[in-house]
Amino acid sequence: MTAIQIDSVEKSYKGFKALKGVSLNIEEGEFFGLLGPNGAGKTTLISTIAGLIRPDAGSVRIHGHDVVTDFREARKRLGVVPQELVFDPFFTVRETLRLQSGYFGIRNNDAWIDEVMHNLDLTDKADVNMRALSGGMKRRVLVAQALVHRPPVIVLDEPTAGVDVELRQTLWKFIARLNREGGHTVVLTTHYLEEAQAMCQRVAMLRKGNVVALDSMSALLRRVSGSQLVVHLKTGDLPLELRPLVSHDEHTNGNKYTLRVNDYSEVEPILARLREAGAVIDEMQLEQADLEDIFIQIMEEEKQ
Amino acid sequence: MFSIGFRTLFYKESLRFWKVATQTVAAPVVTAMLYLLIFGHVLDGRVEMLDGVAYTSFLVPGLVMMSVLQNSFANSSSSLIQSKITGNLVFILLPPLSHVEILSAYVAAAVVRGLAVGAGVFIITAWFAHLSFVAPLWIVVFALLGAAILGTMGVIAGIWAEKFDQLAAFQNFLIMPATFLAGVFYSIQKLPPFWLAVSHFNPFFYMIDGFRYGFFGQSDVSPWTSLAIVSVFFAVLTVLAINLLKRGYNLRH
Repeated sequence: MTAIQIDSVEKSYKGFKALKGVSLNIEEGEFFGLLGPNGAGKTTLISTIAGLIRPDAGSVRIHGHDVVTDFREARKRLGVVPQELVFDPFFTVRETLRLQSGYFGIRNNDAWIDEVMHNLDLTDKADVNMRALSGGMKRRVLVAQALVHRPPVIVLDEPTAGVDVELRQTLWKFIARLNREGGHTVVLTTHYLEEAQAMCQRVAMLRKGNVVALDSMSALLRRVSGSQLVVHLKTGDLPLELRPLVSHDEHTNGNKYTLRVNDYSEVEPILARLREAGAVIDEMQLEQADLEDIFIQIMEEEKQ
Repeated sequence: MFSIGFRTLFYKESLRFWKVATQTVAAPVVTAMLYLLIFGHVLDGRVEMLDGVAYTSFLVPGLVMMSVLQNSFANSSSSLIQSKITGNLVFILLPPLSHVEILSAYVAAAVVRGLAVGAGVFIITAWFAHLSFVAPLWIVVFALLGAAILGTMGVIAGIWAEKFDQLAAFQNFLIMPATFLAGVFYSIQKLPPFWLAVSHFNPFFYMIDGFRYGFFGQSDVSPWTSLAIVSVFFAVLTVLAINLLKRGYNLRH
């Protein structure tokens, strides 16, 4: 079943087109990443899914329910962690979570509220006023608020922006468990591409309001084939026949070259050729291509 | 009868003002008492607005109703604008609350605050005046309707305003003059013909006039006329507020 169905969604603000006909489907149980540089339209798309923004054209459905015409059914199935660190200063953490449960039509939700607070390390802050919490703690409460009604679809808009390593780990452990054991669909935007690479099964990349890549993580990683061999030469220089392999070079402190290699078998011939040329290696690294390389490559391609 | 969503939002909106009751309930009661002490002291025995009714007694229902109206408006409007500016309105916009649930919860909480302040003003000021209760049902009906109307106006103003000064303008240039010129401190029969005619276009006048009728059995216009005008005004505002919520005006962009 399709958890989120996005059909030709367009949105403009005062002449600026933030979304230019975005279409994509996110299947039930997926851990999906929505990536893109600042201003790509990620938050506009998430706000459209959440019903905070009305699209100019196109539609969004959550488990088959349109977010505009059938908004009550759609919103029951959706938990959203907004990007902005917002809170209501009148209430404690527990009051905030009880109120949020009530807005979703749920009473006597304390057992689940306690479990969510426990999993987000919020238990000892339960009776503390929201004003008195640190930024990281407020972020945890935002996540807890999105989960009070056990939504089958969870959308997190940069949930780890500006938060410490401990929260990131706590958060991802909990969200991964909800995805793995509870079958919750998770949609995530983040600027930390290593997080996306570690968590997401499928990724959409947005640029200037368009989807420029939509594929599984493994297929995307295959796009940038091979690895990179970084050699820092103490003496000597790179022989001419190896120059076509160079993707990057630096000459500030000796000669440093980044060479593209398709697989490990190509490493030894390169090293042999360097020895023959009389070059002495000071440092060497073999790096696997990652999501960041692919992201940069795709964004560069789109620029051209 | 009432959904959990409505009850929760109503409870939250009520708890919100109750947590700062010194500012939201006690302060307006003190202000109303000062009006009574100053105007009552200066004018009692010198003017008579209704036959056989002392000026201080005449003033008390006006002050009670003025407090009800102003505080009902303040509750819904300030809550909405604060939530919009701090961004926590998102907690109301993300759940599956219907437009009617949102409006009725904000208005019901505004009614509670308006009536709480009104009751406080009444209890304090009643010590200084001799009051009768000729038709108590009218008192209740007009207090409830007046509070609900201003609560609804507060929702509309809170949705419309994007900044605190816009809301302050709505309050200072519309709500305050309309309340003060509605006969809180005087009977409109004492006005020159032009202003008497103008007063009949002010819906706030009918709220206060009908409310006062409940105490003294005397009013500038029939309480039934006031009830009809006030009810129509309430219906129009309710339709307008629901329409704004449906369109997501200034809420969902």
